[in-house]
Amino acid sequence: MKIESYVLLFMAAFGAVICAVYWFTSYEDAGSIMLGAFGLLGLLPGGYYYWWSRRMSPRPEDDPEATQAQGAGVVGAFPSTSIWPFVLGAAALLIALSLVFGFWTAIFGFTLAVSAVIGVIVESRRGGVL
Amino acid sequence: MTLVAERPGVVGRPGEPEREHGPSGIVKWITSTDHKVIGKSYLVTSLVFFCLAGVMAIMMRTQLVSPDNTIVSQHTYNELFTMHGSLMLYLFAGPFAFGGLANYLVPLQVGAPDMAFPRLNALSYWLYLGGGVTMIAGFLTVGGAADFGWVAYAPLSDAVNSPGAGPDMWIVALLLTGFSAIFTGVNIVTTVFYLRAPGMTMFRVPIFTWNMVVTGILILIAFPVLTAALVMLWADRHLGTHIYSVAGGGVPVLWQNLFWFFGHPEVYILALPYFGMVTEILPVFSRKPLFGYRGMVFATISIGALSTSVWAHHMFTTGVVLLPFFSLMSYLIAVPTGIKFFNWIGTMWRGSLKFDTPMLFAVGFLVVFLFGGVTGIFLASPPIDFATHDTYFVVAHFHEVLFGSAVFGGFAGLYYWYPKMFGRMLRESLGKASFWFMFVGFWVTFLPQYLLGLHGMPRRIAEYSASTGWTSLNRVSTVGAYLLFVAVAIMVVNAYVSWRRPIQAPANPWDGHTLEWATSSPPPHHNFYRLPPIRSERPLWDFNHPEHTTRKYEESMHRGNRAPASVPVGDGARGGDGVEGSGAS
Repeated sequence: MKIESYVLLFMAAFGAVICAVYWFTSYEDAGSIMLGAFGLLGLLPGGYYYWWSRRMSPRPEDDPEATQAQGAGVVGAFPSTSIWPFVLGAAALLIALSLVFGFWTAIFGFTLAVSAVIGVIVESRRGGVL
Repeated sequence: MTLVAERPGVVGRPGEPEREHGPSGIVKWITSTDHKVIGKSYLVTSLVFFCLAGVMAIMMRTQLVSPDNTIVSQHTYNELFTMHGSLMLYLFAGPFAFGGLANYLVPLQVGAPDMAFPRLNALSYWLYLGGGVTMIAGFLTVGGAADFGWVAYAPLSDAVNSPGAGPDMWIVALLLTGFSAIFTGVNIVTTVFYLRAPGMTMFRVPIFTWNMVVTGILILIAFPVLTAALVMLWADRHLGTHIYSVAGGGVPVLWQNLFWFFGHPEVYILALPYFGMVTEILPVFSRKPLFGYRGMVFATISIGALSTSVWAHHMFTTGVVLLPFFSLMSYLIAVPTGIKFFNWIGTMWRGSLKFDTPMLFAVGFLVVFLFGGVTGIFLASPPIDFATHDTYFVVAHFHEVLFGSAVFGGFAGLYYWYPKMFGRMLRESLGKASFWFMFVGFWVTFLPQYLLGLHGMPRRIAEYSASTGWTSLNRVSTVGAYLLFVAVAIMVVNAYVSWRRPIQAPANPWDGHTLEWATSSPPPHHNFYRLPPIRSERPLWDFNHPEHTTRKYEESMHRGNRAPASVPVGDGARGGDGVEGSGAS
């Protein structure tokens, strides 16, 4: 977990330094704010990973001598099929098109989005096909 | 249905192929959340967009073949170059890499059963497809598709100068594909951070996957800015805000600042994955370990970080940016890129090179991208940029960079991983013919454009008069474009031939180094029945060639004082259909 956090913290440090340099050489606000935000984007997850990496024992994937048997067991639950991403994608498309063609497409879009949310929750609880 | 994935053991079940349960055909395409199906969907979709954008390029080159040509109207020409750029950059080069190949390969390379968030992954694809179709559908509206260039500079993109539904559909399409890219970025980074196989430390992750991690972080930095800028553009067009219009007290250059803060990291979002593909291919076809693995990783991270602070080198001629800062930062990017070139050449140096099609395209990438990079260093100098800004010199430069990476690098990756993805080989003879047409066609197309730029031909003009003297160079460039068309057509024929008359691909046709070649072609559901022990950055090579393992090399290079451990084979059945090398060494 340490190296992962160092990558993000390096991004944070670079963002902070370059933000300071840019601000004091240009006094241009839009770019400085974006560079500062870039630093924060590295700092938040990077800091979280670093905090955890000091409090956990190395995972098998962080151990250069780990054997495959050490990682045996359940990795996670991965759905193999689900219709709901498609429904939610269609909903997003209809909602986005309402920005072009007027509000009426969003009505269908939000209906589909709500049904997709309900569908995904039910599907996850059952752990299988809905 | 939801399947609980378990880690494969070293000695797995005997390798009988798992029956594919579940739907097939179009239902499978719509409902699958398997990263391999989604990756292939992305790949095919992005290649369709590539071909459409290529046809637009051919139409533009045909228009420019002679002075005062009227094959397409000026308005149509504006639509063509806008949609050509938008399709190539937003819908082909990025999604082909981070949606197609990365989606397919990152879980395989780190030994994971799937992406971290499979349903989010599927949603990314649907957003991308919806956005792409919306963008193309702009051609069907009354006013035609967006025609303000792929950069959509304000005030050209406001409601007065670009009225109609076409530009709005372009904005909406980018919102959708932007979210799709953000979700994919999150997915890739999480997969690499949390789903690696035991022993796969970060400094053993293949370089392609490293590059995808940095690309994923860059996506998270860049795309939200674009999304925000587009929402403000839409508000300017429809809600009467004046964020980008001088009339209401807004600042048009703000659009350029926001767009290029997205746009320059985007260039590296498009380039880094292809750097990664080439870095995977060169060691395999040189039959050597990668020269300077850690140098490559640090160079990638440096390129990623530096790419966020160079955006205004696209804006030198606006007169409101800090020239020394952006010029210096742009020069600095040449340093890590130079390290990469040094390492690529070091990898090939004294290797036993095999010039199969993927290697040819990879070497073609090196040549083409080097020229693009060197002219990029010219353009990072403000005096040169003032002289060549918005001329064909810039057009030739960024086509060398992007064509070099996305097409030469991308086709190298496609030829290299096609057997893994589709379980059948592409024909070498057709592949080599495709490469030579493309390599020659490329230079014939773009070298004249440098000269045209130096002679002052501006970009984005539909007509020029004969008195300018640009005719002959334009003719040469158009002939080159037709050669490129032939090259892509040969590639399509190659895919068709492999579909009609398949040659079965073995699990490891190229004697590859990384884990994706340790499973069957195509891989089973959840990817692996067993994994070789991971003791270096090329575990499969160590497993197949214990006498030439990189383990000792890594020990001596990086942890000099530790005693070498035993050779990491012996536990686990050697051979079998999961892990077998095609070539003996």
